[in-house]
Amino acid sequence: MVSERGTVTVSAGGAGISCVHLAGPWRLRGGQPAPDEVERALGGATSRVTFDARELAGWDSALVTFLAQLLERCQRRGLTVDQSGLPAGVQRLLALAAAVPEKQGARATASRPSFVVRVGMVTLSAAAEGRAFLAFLGEAVLSLGRFVTARARYRRVDLLLELQEAGARALPIVTLISFLIGLIMAFVGAVSLQQFGAGIYVANMVAVAMSREMGAMMTAIIMAGRTGSAYAAQLGTMNVSQEIDALATMGIPPMDFLVLPRMLALSIMMPLLCIYSDFIGIIGGGMVATGMLDLSVTQYWEQTKGAITVTDFTTGVGKSAVFGILVALSGCLEGIRAGRSASAVGDAATAAVVSAIVYIIVADGIFAVIFHVLGI
Amino acid sequence: MGANGEAHIRVQGLTMAFGSFVLMHDLTFAVARGEVFVIMGGSGSGKSTLLRHMIGLLEPAAGEIFYGTQSFTRAGEEERARMLRRFGVLYQSGALFSSMTLLENVSLPLGEYTDLGAEEIREVAALKLALVGLRGFEGYYPSQISGGMQKRAGLARAIALDPEVLFFDEPSAGLDPISSRRLDELILELRDSLGATVVVVTHELASIFTIADNGVLLDAESRTLIASGSPRVLREQSQDPRVRAFLTRGEEGGSDGARTEHG
Repeated sequence: MVSERGTVTVSAGGAGISCVHLAGPWRLRGGQPAPDEVERALGGATSRVTFDARELAGWDSALVTFLAQLLERCQRRGLTVDQSGLPAGVQRLLALAAAVPEKQGARATASRPSFVVRVGMVTLSAAAEGRAFLAFLGEAVLSLGRFVTARARYRRVDLLLELQEAGARALPIVTLISFLIGLIMAFVGAVSLQQFGAGIYVANMVAVAMSREMGAMMTAIIMAGRTGSAYAAQLGTMNVSQEIDALATMGIPPMDFLVLPRMLALSIMMPLLCIYSDFIGIIGGGMVATGMLDLSVTQYWEQTKGAITVTDFTTGVGKSAVFGILVALSGCLEGIRAGRSASAVGDAATAAVVSAIVYIIVADGIFAVIFHVLGI
Repeated sequence: MGANGEAHIRVQGLTMAFGSFVLMHDLTFAVARGEVFVIMGGSGSGKSTLLRHMIGLLEPAAGEIFYGTQSFTRAGEEERARMLRRFGVLYQSGALFSSMTLLENVSLPLGEYTDLGAEEIREVAALKLALVGLRGFEGYYPSQISGGMQKRAGLARAIALDPEVLFFDEPSAGLDPISSRRLDELILELRDSLGATVVVVTHELASIFTIADNGVLLDAESRTLIASGSPRVLREQSQDPRVRAFLTRGEEGGSDGARTEHG
């Protein structure tokens, strides 16, 4: 009688001996009986367990797992087990599994810490995070000092490559996003302003918003996603392949060699990208103004020129230089601190983008307060 | 056992720890000038970590490391940079800079620490690559060559400044037996020609018996070194079953030998 699934029955012999009968196919695919039932069936009077596997129609890890659990229970109850009734292969596998005793303390404790403990741990790790960023910022400033006094050790070709990567290669995406942002702002503004017959002021709105805020902000966010994450991934991979160790043992500070060119590249290219983004955004707004509001190109352009001041323009560009440094620093910091595995590099890239965006928004808020106080 | 017996590197009472977890304690040994010294041990016993301490990538929790009579552990930043300049390190994966060609990789330390002109640097770097059998590969990027070639290129970079001490982290890891043997021969050849002291981290027995003059064996269970001396002599004469088991691939000295691998 071969059933689909393996079966187990227990028969009591004399003198405290119980025999466990195994029958049918014991395959992982068919599922397996729980060892609890067998343990219960063994009863209190049993002192010795034997096996009968004559009706076994085949076995794999399902049987071995079941028996390993059963043996452990028997051992805990102090029963003697006679394995001689089992197939030879099963006996050997059971012996192999029991050969090396469990290493004490190796099993990860899965206990969940209490709420208070978790709040404490999160607070401490946030503080450590802040300290790490400040320490990194300090090192970056020192490195910048060495650059200014021409003592920094970096390759000029690396700086040029980074400039190209963070500048010219970023133009297409910056063009697309800035154009659309200008377009959307003008469109939303036009709908409201038209009701008052003040459609021409779309030009003021787009010009001021792009030059003061959106140009700097959008390029910063694009560069955080595009270049900041690339920095984290590059440096993280260099950490995995011990390239950063190799630099350190060569006596070349990784800060100068790796971080400095990237930081310089972004802080030089970001203001340029920001200016570019401002213009493209204004052109995007012009599309709506000329297409939807029937303004002429000259009207829109004259209105725009009257709307923005040099101050509007320079505050935006100045902010973008700071945003560039923040994006480069968070990318490099996460990359250098990344762990030594593929998933750690991925985590570093994610963390770089997230922290860069947070820093950008916070810095923008601080700038807003400062400009307000200074009356700019 | 070394060329003239004078201690080049001394490690004194070194304790390696990550936070409160002590990996190894009380490591004391000396490496004579001009000898090939192996740091042996099973996987996870802290061999590579010891190497990272010796080249200053990790700071000891206790103890001190000396090069000659000078303390490396207590040296200031400038002093340490000067000492590092006399080291050459071959990392496990070669650690070549992936954005640079082989020639640029080897040229980097030359450009940093010598007053040579660009053309001279190029020639010296090409010579170093030729020494490790990579003539003609100057313009290749690390990703374009095989793992064994990357290691040899890493070695060319390590010997760029004619170092006094050469460190190797698992030189034969990931190499086929013949490449591994050629690398061993190269190590001996460079030791003889440069007169450098060589420190090798490895668990490759064939390699150990070919190159080593002297060595230490780290044990993960007791968290310290359990033997020091020439591996060939240790294999014949050690009374410690763990040492005999390691050096005979677990064929002698109790079944525990095979198990240290899991530690």
